[in-house]
Amino acid sequence: MDIKDIIKPENLVYKKTSLMQDKALSYCPGCGHGTAHRLLMEVIDELGIREDTIGVAPVGCSVLAYDFMDIDMQGAAHGRAPAVATGIKRCWEDKYVFTYQGDGDLAAIGTAETIHACNRGENITIIFINNGIYGMTGGQMAPTTLDGMRTSTSPYGRELGSMGHPIKMTELIAQLPGVHYVARHSVHTPRAVRRTKKAMFKAFEVQKERKGLSFIEIVSNCNSGWKMTPVKSNEWMEENMFLYFEPGDIKVDGKLVEKKKIK
Amino acid sequence: MKELKLLKGNEAIAEGAIRAGADAYFGYPITPQSEVMEYLMAERPEQRTGMIVLQAESEVAAINMLYGAAGTGKKALTSSSSPGISLMQEGLSYIAGAELPCLIVNVARGGPGLGTIQPSQADYFQATKGGGHGDYRLITIAPASVQEMFDFVALGFELAFKYRNPVMILSDGLIGQMMEKVELSEQKPRATEFDQSWATTGTPANREQNVITSLDLDAGQQEVHNKKLQAKYKKIVENEVRYEEFQTEDADYLFVAYGSSSRICQKAMELARNKGHKVGLLRLISLYPFPKDIVRELSFRVKSILCVEQSAGQMIEDVRLAAGCEIQIEHFGRMGGMIPIPEEVLEALEQKLIGE
Ligand SMILES: Cc1ncc(C[n+]2csc(CCOP(=O)(O)OP(=O)(O)O)c2C)c(N)n1
Ligand code: SF4
Ligand SMILES: [Mg+2]
Repeated sequence: MDIKDIIKPENLVYKKTSLMQDKALSYCPGCGHGTAHRLLMEVIDELGIREDTIGVAPVGCSVLAYDFMDIDMQGAAHGRAPAVATGIKRCWEDKYVFTYQGDGDLAAIGTAETIHACNRGENITIIFINNGIYGMTGGQMAPTTLDGMRTSTSPYGRELGSMGHPIKMTELIAQLPGVHYVARHSVHTPRAVRRTKKAMFKAFEVQKERKGLSFIEIVSNCNSGWKMTPVKSNEWMEENMFLYFEPGDIKVDGKLVEKKKIK
Repeated sequence: MKELKLLKGNEAIAEGAIRAGADAYFGYPITPQSEVMEYLMAERPEQRTGMIVLQAESEVAAINMLYGAAGTGKKALTSSSSPGISLMQEGLSYIAGAELPCLIVNVARGGPGLGTIQPSQADYFQATKGGGHGDYRLITIAPASVQEMFDFVALGFELAFKYRNPVMILSDGLIGQMMEKVELSEQKPRATEFDQSWATTGTPANREQNVITSLDLDAGQQEVHNKKLQAKYKKIVENEVRYEEFQTEDADYLFVAYGSSSRICQKAMELARNKGHKVGLLRLISLYPFPKDIVRELSFRVKSILCVEQSAGQMIEDVRLAAGCEIQIEHFGRMGGMIPIPEEVLEALEQKLIGE
């Protein structure tokens, strides 16, 4: 078979979504941010809602998300994305509005904005990239940094007594009645990618039906900040992050998912 | 038929916002401006015009909601008082950097810190010199009556959209709380006639993406943006100076004041003229742009100037910079929420300028 046959439209199995710009990503090779971006853009593309979607970028490694996502976007101040999204959505309740935020952005400096946007049941979607560290500023301790985990500001490991506990923001906000759909996934394997994409479809569906806030945590790696190879970082994530930040649905159709009791 | 209504200054802001065709208000309660949101909530603007009103969890949230709303090209405003305006400074810097048109009302009270809930003009520096980080300016206008609280909302939106710049109405607890007769203008449509091709609306097939941001990681590009902002501010300085003169034609002495202090000076001027002192008043309306030229011109004509402010003396620095000669320029003010009475101002005039 010659190359011309291979690239015939009927042989197409996978195509880059047109909503990702033709630019080299600024993320470190192996970082989960790029995959999360692509999935989000695929979902918006496949739903055909580009014309009605406004995204809000955070401050963190994904501060330039609008350089990669080819849709209308606003860059928020550090932690304020849910308030910015509220302002947008309240003015345009028929449009789809999402925020894309890291753990420092969403669970430290922006805690109040996150909790209250969730509590008001703003009809928006929050995509929360939890990599347990401040990637952008060079690997400092995040509110989600695990017990004993070394970062540049916890060089001997996070010490819970003086530095506090890793915060489970997703479980916290799932308690709020305004929040309709909450799930935690990852993007490090094909299977995880499929699940995350499905969750994103669901989140936008919830928004379309005006049922309240939808929140997807993506537990992700920061191979640079964790000082590991990409492969090793994904293994470490499965072995450590998943124990504390357990993947799966947390709230579906406005109801908390009952955890199966392990006997 | 004129539509007249007796309103508090804060209520005039709220009614002014509805009638100016505002799309959205975001705020957080603080004395002495809480009536703005209370009036709005009671009026049901969502039924009157479709305007939305939302009580935020903090001023930090309110200013960022304003950022989001303004980024969609809608006419949006917030209001607060000094401590709340301090909390908003981060957001204001981002709004100025991203060039978003919107309106911020400061019904100022005494500080620093939690200070007092009584009126003050001690936020002049913060309002006119940028307030937050980075090189930026807010167009700052200072109403001196309840009528102007109403009128300046529409004016503020017009200036904001004309220049794609945040506009601050710098008022104080005195004007916010006092009641006066207001002539209401007709309901304006919520749409604006200004260009909104930059706004985030969702990207249609026939245009490129719109991005609202104040970030440029490239220093050279950031400087280009800074220069663009400065060029805009220059245009504002050239075109948007506003002030009023009272009896300056024959004046030997000049009061310079804005907002509630200018009202007090009007009375003090009357008392002084009754005693035979030829006093005039320059009442500043735009604080940024500062009415430099008229201060300079008058500084050549009068013997001396008394700056009257409810602060330790902030506006006086701009008056001194603008005055073109070695003229005597004095400050009189009360602080901490104390309001000067006209007799005190007259006494200061006599002691500091006339030398009696
Ligand atoms: C007000 C303010 N404080 C601090 C910073 C510096 N800063 C930039 S990104 C960041 C942390 C981002 O971490 P996270 O949200 O976890 O995103 P990641 O880079 O890990 O994706 C910090 C502290 C800032 N930009 N603004
Ligand atoms: S620093 Fe971490 S989060 Fe940021 S791009 Fe690199 S790997 Fe990704
Ligand atoms: Mg992080």
